[in-house]
This record gives sequence, C-alpha cells and structure tokens, in this order.
Amino acid sequence: MNLARKASADPIPVDDATTFPKLLAELDRRYGDGRIAVQEKRYGIWQSHTFRQLHARVRDFAHGLASLGVGPGQVVAVLGDNRPEWLISELASQSLGACTVGIYPTSVGEEIVQVLSDARVKVVVAEDQEQVDKIIELKDRLPDIETVIYYDTRGLELYQVPYLLEFTAVEAKGREWAAAHTGWLDEQIAAGRADDVAVICTTSGTTGRPKLAMLSHANLLCMGRSLNEVDPMPSGNRYLSFLPLAWIGEQMISVACGLQMGFTLSFAEEAVTQRADLRELGPDMMFSPPRIWEDMLSSIMVRVGEAGWLKRKTFAWGQAVGDRHAEIKLKGERPGLVLSAKHRLADWVALRPVRDQLGLTRIRRCYTGGAPLGPDVFRFFHSIGVNLKQIYGQTEICGIAVMHSDDDIKFATVGKPCPGTEIEIADNGEILLRSKAVFHGYYGNEAATAETVDADGWLHTGDAGYLDEHGHLVVIDRAKDVMEMPDGTRFSPAFIENKLKFSPYIEEAVVFWQEGSPEITAIITIEPSTVGAWAEHRRLGYTTYTDLAGKPEVSELLAEEVARANEDLPESVRVRRFVLLHKQFDPDDDEITRTRKVRRRVINERYAAIIDALAEGSPQVEIKSVVTYQDGTNVTRTITLPIVNMDGFTRKETGRRSLFGSNA
Amino acid sequence: MSRAYRHNLNGSTLQAGALQMEIRDITLRFGGVRALDGVTFSVSQGDIHAIIGPNGAGKTSLLNCISGLYRPQVGEIIFHSGQRGDRNLVHTKPGMIARLGVARTFQNIELFRHMTVLENIMLGRHTHMRHSLLTSFLYYGPARRQEIRERELVEEVIDLLEIQAVRNKQVGALAYGFQKRVELGRALAMQPALLLLDEPMAGMNAEEKEDMARFILDVNDLAGVTTVLIEHDMGVIMDISDRVSVLDFGRCIADGSPTEVGADQAVRDAYLGQEAHA
Repeated sequence: MNLARKASADPIPVDDATTFPKLLAELDRRYGDGRIAVQEKRYGIWQSHTFRQLHARVRDFAHGLASLGVGPGQVVAVLGDNRPEWLISELASQSLGACTVGIYPTSVGEEIVQVLSDARVKVVVAEDQEQVDKIIELKDRLPDIETVIYYDTRGLELYQVPYLLEFTAVEAKGREWAAAHTGWLDEQIAAGRADDVAVICTTSGTTGRPKLAMLSHANLLCMGRSLNEVDPMPSGNRYLSFLPLAWIGEQMISVACGLQMGFTLSFAEEAVTQRADLRELGPDMMFSPPRIWEDMLSSIMVRVGEAGWLKRKTFAWGQAVGDRHAEIKLKGERPGLVLSAKHRLADWVALRPVRDQLGLTRIRRCYTGGAPLGPDVFRFFHSIGVNLKQIYGQTEICGIAVMHSDDDIKFATVGKPCPGTEIEIADNGEILLRSKAVFHGYYGNEAATAETVDADGWLHTGDAGYLDEHGHLVVIDRAKDVMEMPDGTRFSPAFIENKLKFSPYIEEAVVFWQEGSPEITAIITIEPSTVGAWAEHRRLGYTTYTDLAGKPEVSELLAEEVARANEDLPESVRVRRFVLLHKQFDPDDDEITRTRKVRRRVINERYAAIIDALAEGSPQVEIKSVVTYQDGTNVTRTITLPIVNMDGFTRKETGRRSLFGSNA
Repeated sequence: MSRAYRHNLNGSTLQAGALQMEIRDITLRFGGVRALDGVTFSVSQGDIHAIIGPNGAGKTSLLNCISGLYRPQVGEIIFHSGQRGDRNLVHTKPGMIARLGVARTFQNIELFRHMTVLENIMLGRHTHMRHSLLTSFLYYGPARRQEIRERELVEEVIDLLEIQAVRNKQVGALAYGFQKRVELGRALAMQPALLLLDEPMAGMNAEEKEDMARFILDVNDLAGVTTVLIEHDMGVIMDISDRVSVLDFGRCIADGSPTEVGADQAVRDAYLGQEAHA
C-alpha cells in the first residue's frame, strides 16, 4: 500500500445532489484499497485507513447512530482532537441527513453547555476520559444528552455510566442493525441534497457568545472548487491536519477539499508533537492561522541566534539573497543571471536546510488565514522560499472568499476575490461579500442571521477595507476597531500589533488609543520560550512567567523591540508607552479565543486600570490579581507593573538585528 | 479497530489479593551495623505497598535485598509466581530475579544518558528478547521481526506515560521529571510482576508529583501491577497506597492500611517526630 501520487484523473463531478457521503462512496469506487484516505500516528506508528476501510467504518457507524435514534435534521456533537473517528462521526452523521458541530477540545464548562444546548444535541462523540469527564460533570445542565460515545478507552474501563458507549461497540451495533435493514442506508444517502446542512461551525466569537453557523454541502463544495480553480490541488496531496476540526479552516481543507480532490489526511499524534509530525510527513500544502507561522519564525530566530557564527553568517547571507530574489519575482520580473545563481547556492546551503527543519521542503503552497499576518512575517517566509499566501474569509462564507494567486502576492493585501465571489465596499467602508458559499444562517437565531446576510444575499463581514488600484482587497480591521487619527486618516490597530508581534520576544500585543488623542499605548505579553532562552544566555535567573516579565532587563529588551517596530510606523501611530503584563492571555480566562484571537472587549474591561494608567502616562500601575487554586481557595495579590515610556528611548544597535536589518 | 492497549503490562498470573511476596525475618549487616533487623511483612498482588521510615531506616537496603543487589545474612524472601512456583530471592542472582518479573527504578536516576528515550525503554525488553548475535548485527529476519514486535509494546508504554514528544530525545537532555518517567517506563516495559520504585517523586515540585502519582495509579489500576514504593511525602502515601510498612532503625515497627499506620503511636514517634504528641 503506498501513497499513490499519480496526477488525478478527472475531478469528481459535482451537482446539486452531491454530498460528502456520496463523494466518499465515489472515492472508494475509484481508489478502493489502493490509496490511504486517513492516517493517524498512534503508538508511534502511522496507522492508516484506505478509502475502502474508511467508507466501511463510516457505514457501520452511521448504522450505529441510526440505531441510537439519530435522524435527519439532528446535530451530533464531536468533542476531541483530530482523529479518524472525528471524520467518521462527521461523515456518518451526514449519511443520515444529520450534521455535526465540533467543539474545541480545550473548551470547558459554560462554552460546552452553550453549544450543546443551543444545538439541542442528543449524541456526543467525545475522545477520551478527559472529554467524557467534562460531559459527565455538566450532565445535570444538559438534559437532552442521551448518549456519549468515546473512542480512547484508557481510564474509562471502570466507568459505570449508563449513557456511555464505546465507539467500536456502536460500530458493532451498527453492523447488527444493518443486517436487519438492508439497503436502508443507501436510500438515506441517496436522499441527501447538496443544500442540506453538513456541518455547524461555532463562530470564533471575539464579540460575545459563539454563534452556530450552518454550512451546507453546497457551500463547502463550492468553496473547495473555487480554491482549486485558483490553486489546482492534485489528488493524493499529503496534508497534516493538526488544527481543531471544529474550526472552519480545518473543515475547509481536510473535508471540503480533501474529499473533493482525494487527499491523504494525516492526523498529528499529540498537540505537543505537531512540529515533529510535520517534519516527518513533509506535507504538500498547509493552512494555518498566523499564530503557527509566528511560532515557526520565533523558533528559527532562536535557533539561528544560538548557532555558531559561521551558520549565523551563512543564514543571514542566504536569507538576504532569498529576500531580494523573492522581491523581484513577486514584482512579476525575472531575476538576473547573477542573482539566480546566487539564489541557487543560497537555497542549497541556507534556505533548504531551514525549510527542512520546519517540515516545509515539499510544500507547494501554504496559506494563512483567520487573522491578519504581519507583512514582515510574510516576507520572511517568501525569502526562505515558502510560497505563503493570505486567505481572507469568515466562517459564514466557508472560510475563503479572497486570496492571493501565485505570483500575484502583495504582503499588505489579502488578494483578489475567488472565482464566483462578488465583493463590494459599502458606503461606511464595510466589506460585503456574495457567493454560493454564503452560509445558511445561524442555528436557531434568525435575528442574528438577518443582521449578517441582507435580502440580496450580501454577507456583511463587519470588517473595514478597500480595494487597491490592482483590485487587491486590503482589510484594515474589524470596522469598530478602526481608529481615526486627528488628521482624518484611518488606521488599523492590528497593523501596529502585527508590527510588534514580528519580534520573537512578543507573544501578544494589544494597542489602545484615546478618542481624539494621537497617543498610542500597548499591553504586551512576552513569549516565554524565547525570552526564557534569552534570559538563560544572560545568566538571568527567573522562576515563573510573572517573575520573568517583571525583570527590568526584560523591560529593556522589549523596549528595544518596540523601538524597532516604531521605526517602521508613521510618526503619528508609534507606540508611546507599554506595559508587560504579568500573565499570558488565556482562553480559559476568556481573554483570547480558542483560535487565539484577542477578545478586545474582555481586555478593555479587565485591564481598565492599566489602560487608564497608560493613557495618563503614570510611571507604574498597581493591579490586583486573583489566583484560584483547584481546591477553590483564592489568593489575591497586588502586583505593580512598571510602565515603559518610549519617549527619549534610543536603540542600542545589536548584532542580532542585522539578520533582518535588510527587511526593514 | 479499538484503541485499547493490546499488551498486558502485568507479568503476574496471580489473582488480585493473592499473596505475592513474603519477607521473612530479613537481617542485613554491614560489618557491625545492622541495616535490617528481622524485617517481616508480606505484599499482596495488585496492591500499592508503601515503605516509609526516617533516613537510614533501611528502606533502600530492603529494596536492594529484594532485587538481589544485597544478600541478607539471615531470612528469606519468598516470591510466588503462580504456576511457575515459589522461589527464595535471597539466593537468586539479580539477573534471574529480573527474569522472574521484578523490575525497579532507582533513587538517583540510572539511565543511559546518551541514549534516546526509546532506546532506554527498549532496554526494558531485553529480558524478553532472544536472538543470535549475527542476526542482530544484520537486523535481519527473526531479529527484525522481534524488534518490531517489542517496539509495539514499548510504544504503548510511551503512550501510557505521555512521553511521545521526547521519544527521540537524548535522556541526558531531558528535565528531571521526564527522566523519572522514562525510568518508570523502562521498568514497565519488562512487563513486571512486581514493580519496585525507590522514591519516584523525590525532588519534584507539586505538579510533577501529581503527574507521577497519577501514572503510578494508572499502572496499578489499569494494568494491575503490584507496586512497592519508597516515598517521603506522607500526603502522597496516604492518598495512593493500599498498605504501608514502616521501618525504623532496620526494624519493621508497623504494617497496615494507611489509616491504621497513621494512627499508630510508635510510627508517630519515629517518623513524624515528638511534636506530634502535642
């Protein structure tokens, strides 16, 4: 059994009766046991399912779900990491005319209750003991839940809970049930229409309670098709799925593109082994939010910094050559003979080894989406020869509406609308989108649907933006976050934040400004791994994150970084003062979403004291921090955070900076 | 297609609760010093059996007697292994004791620092592997099949102890808590009938201790491996052990359930100190 990599025959034809279960049946017919559909690293070994095996398991599980009373229109929830069982649950539900809602495996308490009760879920597929425990604990508040199905048995052997079932037991039950209902499932699948709801994705909810966006088979298929038109994806593509399948971005590539084109999906072993798995697998394409790219950049910078002088010089030279080469190519020109020769050498000695470390040697295209990525990070990846492109979209339009095409990449834009997507800028500057991928509405929330999609089918994105002279879309920011400078120019806080986040030492940055005042201030959280490594090199002892962030030396280091970012910013929007927060933003504290987008509203409320002090320009600010221990006891501590004033701060030129100096 | 582990880590064929090891009147002398003085107690299959006592009470010496590193002058240690009969460990060589299914970890980590985690744990399978020098060198035929088969079990141990992320890292470069886990992993890979843990949580912070306690409980609950452990943290002992034996100056001064032992006056005097009276 090999990963067949022949260029695909014809793509599978799609019409208004096409659903994912039908695609799976077609893939089984075409490839059968000859190609791996999904593989997962379990117990250190890649364990695979061919399309035939996957299809058989989906059918068994669908019968099993039917025997548990799941039928058309119902919602099955899946709570867990990416595993073949996730995909099987999804496709089995769809076979019955039901759909799935994914819940982020890191979700706790209230979030789970909200999703499960809003979607009136009766059957939950939960991964392991951890996830099952969450449901058991919340069961009193979830009277609708009838069955919880788990697939990782470890630790659950001794549970005596009547509504718990093991995944393989449901499959076995399904086989029995199927024997008594021959042909029933085929009728159900045949009855499926492309307009049926296929998945429900929770919207990331930077603005409040998550909403449940219903996406149909047609929505997802249409989006997958238009992506394929821009960037043809041969069947048999290797793809590593390691971001939550509850997120639209992962559904889009793994399911919508994967089943349409016949990808081989691989699931990472554990969250902590993602990077190792990525390197082991060497995927052909990749799609990740900015966080992942920023992490990769930080890790390269740290490793380059720790390398010997020869390696450091080689990389700095190679990266500079790669940068010039990429710049010329992206302008649509041909690089000269000398530069081409130099680039070939640079690629061989410096760039390819770095790509190899990251697992990106085979990558043909990769995408970033979900949040804006700083132009500097973008540029860096192109300089090392990674074809990174921006995707702009929202859950409500299946994740993709606007994107870069090859050799038409501009770091400050998100590209051009995909085929079949119409775009318009409203009078107030809001971006409006219309296509076949616009969703069916929010589950059980018509009022919110009406607010989002108007009578003519335009999706109101809530983002402010404009089209540049080449027809590229430039997204400024969330419309309500865009700031107006005293001179009338509109500016995006995200742009400044991304400038700051380009520093490997900065994990998150949130900027603030006062209405009518040109002074910009920021709350910054440090990246513990890089700052920690820096401190160790300096022989600077520290204990916890709070201790590290509170060191005066660290403040000085970060001031350097902020000053560097300021140099690239117009005078009026430079960061004047900042505070290093005593803790990282945490999804459990609601400060950041599960997909790592900052919740500005929560930050504004929780850190009002800091924001005010920043605006006033006080030398320091005192805040109370409440620590709740597992046994329920609380400890309140008062922490004094110094405010770093950038006025009059001058940069000390250091060697490390020369590495990226050419990019500034 | 079930995800359940396919290998049983418990090497004992005894029923849970059956008598597994009897320590009878063990006396160990180093010259004039009596490290152990007539120690007698027994260990049942499936228990977590803690041995506690002040420094120098003879806890590690007792473990060394069981695993064959020391030979006591008086007494016997009878090890029951079901159909394979009973055996006195006192006159058995350490290698043979390991083959009987007694695995252990050490107070100071005794791993091969320059080998990877995987290689270290694979070593635990050594007693179960049989192949000739030539085929091993060539990694061919039966040797290769055997290696692959043993690796499956080792990977389950890695999964159980959640050390997938460091599988291919050199042990010497790992954090202390990880090294302790790898040592436990190597012992577990032997599919032990009896697991001896010498201060598995010494020098750990609260979080690492909690993790380690959970792994020990998992090994005991899920696989049913009998565990004898030495530990100083009374909180942990009271939480996880089924039975506690207390040593003081080489003598066993108490033996019973954690609550019984905790209430015993002699134990409070010896171990918790005189203040406990007040």
